[in-house]
Amino acid sequence: MEANALHDLTAAYALDALDSEDARAYEAHLARCERCREELAELSDAAGALAYGTEAPMPPPELRARILQEAARERPNVVPLRPRWIKPVAAIAAVAACTAIGLGIWAATLSSKLDRSESRLARQERVAQILARPGSRTISFTRGTLVVAPNGEAALVLRNLASAGNGRTYEAWIAAEGAPEPAGLFAGGGAVAIPLDRPVPEGATVMVTKEPAGGRKSPSSQPFAIVRNAAQS
Amino acid sequence: MRETARPVVRSFAHLSDEAVVALLARSDESALAELYDRFGRVAYGLALRILRDDKLAEDAVQEGFLTAWRNADRFMPERGKASTWLLTLVHRRSVDLVRREDRRRAEPLSENVEPETSGSAEDDAWLRFERERVQSALKQLPDQQREALELAYYGGFSQTELAERLGQPVGTIKSRMFTGLARLRELLAEPGNGEAAWKPTPYTT
Repeated sequence: MEANALHDLTAAYALDALDSEDARAYEAHLARCERCREELAELSDAAGALAYGTEAPMPPPELRARILQEAARERPNVVPLRPRWIKPVAAIAAVAACTAIGLGIWAATLSSKLDRSESRLARQERVAQILARPGSRTISFTRGTLVVAPNGEAALVLRNLASAGNGRTYEAWIAAEGAPEPAGLFAGGGAVAIPLDRPVPEGATVMVTKEPAGGRKSPSSQPFAIVRNAAQS
Repeated sequence: MRETARPVVRSFAHLSDEAVVALLARSDESALAELYDRFGRVAYGLALRILRDDKLAEDAVQEGFLTAWRNADRFMPERGKASTWLLTLVHRRSVDLVRREDRRRAEPLSENVEPETSGSAEDDAWLRFERERVQSALKQLPDQQREALELAYYGGFSQTELAERLGQPVGTIKSRMFTGLARLRELLAEPGNGEAAWKPTPYTT
């Protein structure tokens, strides 16, 4: 099947409305097509919402016990790898810290086994440090959370951010008194947790724009996320 | 059958669904129990709607949850929500079964499902709220789009079968499903969050 025809199958796949042959062809295509992966993530959430559109009587109580017994019986022998970069206790502390401030999605990313490039590890470790610093404040906004340590060191956590796309990047900015200054680049494609490259003074504003790959010295587009490090009262 | 040992009592209440799935990937049985307590009822309602049979619905839910148990390490938070992932597994299993049994009907469950809820009052209220929200979004779709979504998702019909049943080209069915689902997504998105209200602060150059 041609690629164009495969693009068109995203909604049907999200609804499980493909025959098995088409579904396999689409899955193979999905592995190569970033655009379809993004579109599928969006459409699948809408399809998943349909599950709530129907009556939900209580299942028989035995069902729960049966599922748990069966799971215990076939408990996998392989113990999943734990990320090597972080000691278990530290990992649990970091996950707990994230969870406590509502960053559960990032917590899941942190403890999942995926996508552990070195640079990303180093970033995650720095974010974990900033989170763990005594006196760190969290400021929630629509797209996520800004965490600011007492010394101004800060991390930005964004929920479900679509990938910036080919030849593009997200760029964070900090605007204190004058023009916004660049504070870090990231690619998106899921939950994002990045340390900012410069401290965030009280009263400053942190924002995010989409820019050409490599970033820019000043923002070229409207910020789509913006949060102010309001002075503490 | 031996009793599952639970040496560690964890509190999951504050964990996101995604974090619970991350624990599931470490073969934590109490994470599976938590996931069932969060989604078992919705999953069962969905399977029942598709399969119209208690026993088959239980099978579909069981197999969906066990697939999650076996493959939790493949869940990618950046590709979507944990609830979507789990419900998709149950849905897929239900659709497989209904196609095999060929017992599907697309009408909504009628009176024969007595809302014998007996869940907690909070669960009941929340599920009712969600159901009304989704149904009211569906009602706002043009008839043909709603029909395509309902027959596909609740009826388990493939796009080819839908094309035959509705006497339309497959391309038309595809586009109804796509447009309908994309619109449904917009309708379900929470309105009026902070971004819309934000106005650019002029940065002087």
